Amino acid sequence: MTDQTDPNPPTVIEVRDLVTHYGTRQILNGVDVDIVEGEIMVIMGGSGSGKSTFLRHLMALQRPTSGTIKILGQDVWRLPQKKLFELRKKLGVTFQGGALFSSMTVGENIMLPLYEHTKLDRMTMEIMARMKLEVVDLAGFEDLMPSELSGGMIKRAAVARAVIMDPRILFFDEPSAGLDPVVSSQLDDLILRLRDAMGMTICVVTHELESAFKIADRITVLDRGNILFVGTVQELHDHPSERIQNLLNRRSEEAEIDADEYLRRLTGDKEEAEGMPR
Amino acid sequence: MEINISQQGALQVVAISGEVDLSTSPKVREALLSCIKGAHGVVVDLSAVSYIDSSGVASLVEAFQTAKTKGLGFALAEVSETPMRVLKLARLDQVFVIYPRVDEAVAAMA
Repeated sequence: MTDQTDPNPPTVIEVRDLVTHYGTRQILNGVDVDIVEGEIMVIMGGSGSGKSTFLRHLMALQRPTSGTIKILGQDVWRLPQKKLFELRKKLGVTFQGGALFSSMTVGENIMLPLYEHTKLDRMTMEIMARMKLEVVDLAGFEDLMPSELSGGMIKRAAVARAVIMDPRILFFDEPSAGLDPVVSSQLDDLILRLRDAMGMTICVVTHELESAFKIADRITVLDRGNILFVGTVQELHDHPSERIQNLLNRRSEEAEIDADEYLRRLTGDKEEAEGMPR
Repeated sequence: MEINISQQGALQVVAISGEVDLSTSPKVREALLSCIKGAHGVVVDLSAVSYIDSSGVASLVEAFQTAKTKGLGFALAEVSETPMRVLKLARLDQVFVIYPRVDEAVAAMA
């Protein structure tokens, strides 16, 4: 549990010189970020900025090409398998679509991590699941099937499952996706409540500016695999960079075109494209 | 995590200290349920609990419900800030009987 009065909270995720390639494509180009205990860090960026890949690294789900990721002081990809498994128990993940198992009730979905990772008494598990359903305002929904829930309810049930083991760090991948503004705002309130009450560190990938500004302590902006900005919401607003202001104003920048490379890409023929008139 | 049980009149006072988490909460559950069997009421002293997770709170909830079913008293006392935040998140601060001090709880339940 975080001491929320600590003026210098410890770093819980430390990313250094993170590089990732998919084949010959470089996705992340030497990213450095620190995330401190108890903060809500929002990761933003346009399509293809590398934010989803970055999130998978933060969740210890993907090995980078090079660089280091330390989570709770442990160098993730130097850990033996068993310790990595133990570390992952301290991380909670809410996936974009909720990812509930359709063949299980809401309650069974929420208790699933407890079945897998603990030997708790069945009654304890059931009480824990009902407590989490209370927290996400789904009290009494434990016996329903996921197909009987709305989109917003599925998201909240997924949050209940993600926090069932009281993780130290909670990750959200596009929590607002597919939700109307009112439900999205309620989910934002829930994220804030979890941080305030549980002292969890929370990382959220979103492209929703309104949501980001509401919940973020700090924002990381990724652009084409590079960190464009890390700072508070106010610092983001005050930033002089045209690219960042375009992001805030939702204007997409026209990417610079390398004409030769573009032609090669379109024609798939390097030789011919190089010989074409400009 | 340590559990200290003392008798105060007809009541059992269960003093828990340290961290109550997934690995230690089964012991808390066992101790509380066992105390309920042999007492007129139970006071749980949480003053020295530095951390309690959902499984620990679930143990408190189960013990409270069991005591109520048997018509016995059950109260929490000296709930420190960290456990209180967890209780408040699930609005359990409005469910449990909570006293600021152990002696007040004992006096009220005697």
